[in-house]
Amino acid sequence: MQSWIPFIPESASTESSRVDALYFYLSGVTAFFTLLIAGVIIFFVIRYRRRTPHEIPRPIAGSHALETLWSVIPFVIAMSIFVWGAGLYFHQSRPPQNAIEVYVVAKQWMWKIQHATGQREINELHVPMGQKVKLIMTSEDVIHDFFVPAFRIKNDVVPGKYTTLWFEATKPGTYHLFCAEYCGMNHSQMIGSIIVMDQTGFNDWLSGNANQQTAAGAGQGLYQTLGCASCHGNTGEGGRGPALLGVYNNKVQLSTGQTVQADEAYLRESILNPQAKLASGFGPIMPTFQGVVTEEQVVQLLAFIKSLSSQPAGAGGAPGAQGSPKLPVREPTR
Amino acid sequence: MADSYAPEHPVGHPALQHHFENMEQQREAGALGMWVFLVTEIMFFGAMFLAYTLYRTRYPESFEVASNHLDIWLGAINTLVLICSSFTMALTVYCTQIGKQQLQIFFLVLTMIFGVTFLGIKGVEYKQKYDDNLIPGQLIPGHPFNPAVQEEGAPPDHHKLHMIPGANVRNVELFYWIYFAMTGMHALHMIIGLGIMLVLLYFSIRGRYGPEYHNPIEISGLYWHFVDIVWIFLFPLLYLLGRHIAGHG
Amino acid sequence: MEEFKVPPPSKINYLNAEYGLKSWLLTRDHKRIALLYLGSISFFFMLGGVYAMLIRLELLTPHGQIMTSTTYNKVFTQHGIIMVFFFLIPSIPATLGNFLVPMMIGAKDLAFPRINLLSWYIYMLGGIVTIYALLAGGVDTGWTFYVPFSTTFSNSYVVATGLGIFISGFSSILTGLNFIVTIHTMRAPGMTWFRLPLFIWSHYATSLVMILGTPVIAITILLLAFERLAHVGIFDPAAGGDPILFQHLFWFYSHPAVYIMVLPGMGVVSELIANFSRKNVFGYSFVAFSSLAIAIFGFLVWGHHLFVSSQSVYAGMIFSFLSFAVAIPSAVKVFNWSATLYKGSISYETPMLYGLGFIGLFTIGGMTGLFLAALAVDVHVSDTYFVIAHFHYIMVGGTLLAYLGGLHYWWPKITGRMYPEGWGRFSALVVFIGFNLTFLPQFLLGYMGMPRRYHYYPEEFQVLHVLSTAGASILGVGLLIPAIYLLWSMRYGPIAPANPWHLPGLEWRTQSPPPTENFEETPIVTWEAYEFAPLDDVEVVGKFGERKAEV
Repeated sequence: MQSWIPFIPESASTESSRVDALYFYLSGVTAFFTLLIAGVIIFFVIRYRRRTPHEIPRPIAGSHALETLWSVIPFVIAMSIFVWGAGLYFHQSRPPQNAIEVYVVAKQWMWKIQHATGQREINELHVPMGQKVKLIMTSEDVIHDFFVPAFRIKNDVVPGKYTTLWFEATKPGTYHLFCAEYCGMNHSQMIGSIIVMDQTGFNDWLSGNANQQTAAGAGQGLYQTLGCASCHGNTGEGGRGPALLGVYNNKVQLSTGQTVQADEAYLRESILNPQAKLASGFGPIMPTFQGVVTEEQVVQLLAFIKSLSSQPAGAGGAPGAQGSPKLPVREPTR
Repeated sequence: MADSYAPEHPVGHPALQHHFENMEQQREAGALGMWVFLVTEIMFFGAMFLAYTLYRTRYPESFEVASNHLDIWLGAINTLVLICSSFTMALTVYCTQIGKQQLQIFFLVLTMIFGVTFLGIKGVEYKQKYDDNLIPGQLIPGHPFNPAVQEEGAPPDHHKLHMIPGANVRNVELFYWIYFAMTGMHALHMIIGLGIMLVLLYFSIRGRYGPEYHNPIEISGLYWHFVDIVWIFLFPLLYLLGRHIAGHG
Repeated sequence: MEEFKVPPPSKINYLNAEYGLKSWLLTRDHKRIALLYLGSISFFFMLGGVYAMLIRLELLTPHGQIMTSTTYNKVFTQHGIIMVFFFLIPSIPATLGNFLVPMMIGAKDLAFPRINLLSWYIYMLGGIVTIYALLAGGVDTGWTFYVPFSTTFSNSYVVATGLGIFISGFSSILTGLNFIVTIHTMRAPGMTWFRLPLFIWSHYATSLVMILGTPVIAITILLLAFERLAHVGIFDPAAGGDPILFQHLFWFYSHPAVYIMVLPGMGVVSELIANFSRKNVFGYSFVAFSSLAIAIFGFLVWGHHLFVSSQSVYAGMIFSFLSFAVAIPSAVKVFNWSATLYKGSISYETPMLYGLGFIGLFTIGGMTGLFLAALAVDVHVSDTYFVIAHFHYIMVGGTLLAYLGGLHYWWPKITGRMYPEGWGRFSALVVFIGFNLTFLPQFLLGYMGMPRRYHYYPEEFQVLHVLSTAGASILGVGLLIPAIYLLWSMRYGPIAPANPWHLPGLEWRTQSPPPTENFEETPIVTWEAYEFAPLDDVEVVGKFGERKAEV
């Protein structure tokens, strides 16, 4: 799985060629300065070798002009690299709004993946080519790291919080998925594959695995069995607890007077530790679900709550939607 | 090499070590050494102050609840005791410098008494926390963190945590770990300081220190003042915090 | 500038002033303590080297033939811990620094000789506790001890190992404290700050990092141990603790620790380059202040280890910017060393070969650091072999080469014997070739996506791994040769004159080996650093051959 340039991994995402370009620039700068220094040293060492045992060269104190020159030039070059790298990084760390969302739960030593449309996979991730895919990731135990060399992306997967990655694959194929943060005995076997398919192939794959509930559908089931509905209402309209309809990505007024953005992290915290940021006007009556629900179930509940915002008509999304999969589309909130 | 140089060995004070040129150099080295050591101490406590700052910002309500459960009066008395001990330590140094040996010993003993008083009061506080099951984690095996929480409407009980909205018992535990880690580390420094003073006392009684040689007393004093200053930070951050947050909440 | 006049050799020196084990174990002579350190550090280096060879052997094949994954994880963890905490951090300061800081400034000893001896005992105690942990079952957390793996999930001797590191940290603090006080208060008359050799400046900067950074790792390990033993929750997400806090605290020390390792090496190289080209260092004050700048900036860049650990994007950008900034003083040093050679009188003895090798490898190590500071590239290469290659270029190509160069350079002074020059040059060449063959392929592996700490790996990476292992074997041989001939030379080497390289530094103006109090009488310094004297009064035999002592 090599590209045509030796020692450069396959380039299979919109991001990878941009990172490669910066890498080539850096390699050029490195080669230039390394050869320059080596050349200068070798030249001096030969040219000014000791010819008689007694010679004492004339001392040279130094030169402020030179010092300034070789401080400023490296600084300017360094800044060009900084700006370039930071720009790409900023772009990478801002997932686009219209991405397909995929949930990733890591545990020693496997990747558990759930598509919004319900398909579940272990150590494999099927994605369509040419579509933006956003990963929402957390860990059940230790810190892991989701690393796809062909996409030039990587992010830690940290217990207790959500991290995200996004990519847009540009080439069909099977690519390595590595865990890049040391996580214990079988760290080197916590590997998998990213399978990039063209749209029709992906649709076939989806329908071939469509006998499962969507993530939101599973979340809706949990919502009922865990008794959430008794306070938050059958369809999330609210009651003794705050309404969940449309809450995702909107502002929530807290009992302390502050407001927070109801993002994934907030919703997760409010499920696991409801008292931490209590919505204004509601009593601390919700029990904690820490230890009651697994990270995967939290993810499903989140998918359900999100579906209440994006598709108020068909909460949960009907399972088995064939053909073009129904993808929760995030509405811009501002 | 200058052949003409003849090293001047001043009238050899018995305390002058062989590798120093004179007493002045030896004194300078000792004092600077202690200052550098205190810098490392600041960094040592600094990491815990960082953890405190992080979690206080993240869980202000829990920290308020936990802080309010500390005994502010015992904390305040201890602050006073330590300030007094710093004063008597300064007097010990002064009396050594002017050669009043009796007074020097008197103030040194007084400093130690203040130090022991502080540790005694600290012990009483720790005991209270133990009784209220506020020792975090399994620091004491078989005695987990398990404080009683004040029920709404029940008669107020100062052995119970008075929870407020947003507070969480697990985060209260975090506060108490930071409290025990910082005050425990501080108490350890006090105990070491008292040990040093025992040695100083022994040599003071034997008349080793005087106007010519008071380096050990001086730098031990520096150390003692540092330990006091740490407490001066700990007291408001840990004890007065709850009132501070409540006042602005 | 005066002529070199070295006191006539006397039969009594620090090595034979006293005899017996007790005279060594209770010594307060900084030179003897340096030798105690030299012995113990060499032991730990060999132990770490054995682990390194085990790693390279196991990685010859993609599927692991020699050991289980658990064993492999312990091997690379222990390689890291031994090498970082028990070799690299004490290496140059505790041996060469201990020996030379007082001699170069014209002092009789360090300011606190007893504390100096104590620091060695603390180091040994920490080492023994760590070795106990290794023998009892080892540790498998990686040398970084990331939570919550190390606190909750690892089933190995985390606390015992942590205790060993915690203890040895105090030896580092005490060494740094001793250096700072010594350099401030014990300089000989006339030895002003700007007459100090650059070796001293770099050790001063190193000491600053030691005293400011080490306490933080001490408290961090303490918190980690309490977390593991008592589950107090400070790093536990389930209790509201933050595992990333541990990473911040850990790297607040462990990034500056890189400068503890490499700054003294820079000091050694400044000496080597200047003295073997008989030139004063070009831009002395820039080189001196760049050491301080590195020490200070070094404390502001720890966050570049957290670019992919869910740190905020803006924090990432600030840390990236500062990381580029800290590269500048290092670049300034490299340019100044190169310029020092200009119109010099350059000879190629073994120490100089190591010094020149240092510049080359440090340049590559530093330049590849820019890849890691560049955010988007770091996302791809962090936690891969690219990082491994980068820091080995700094720590082996930098610190180890400087250490070996320094050891050869001052060997006549330390032991009173010359090492065999031919073997020295040969092994320097072998080390240079072996090192590059080991670690150049790892840059390529890293960009191709090979993650670090992998026991099994995809087959497409095998060719480069085999190359790397081949290089490691050569490197291993290259390091064994000096170990043998240096030991040999202690007994059979030609007697070294007081000033075998004809240099102006204070340490060369006393006998080899020096007397216990270093100088017959306190020197008065009237010359600048690297002020070379005419050599008319010095008889030199052969261009590179043996030298006779001054008559």
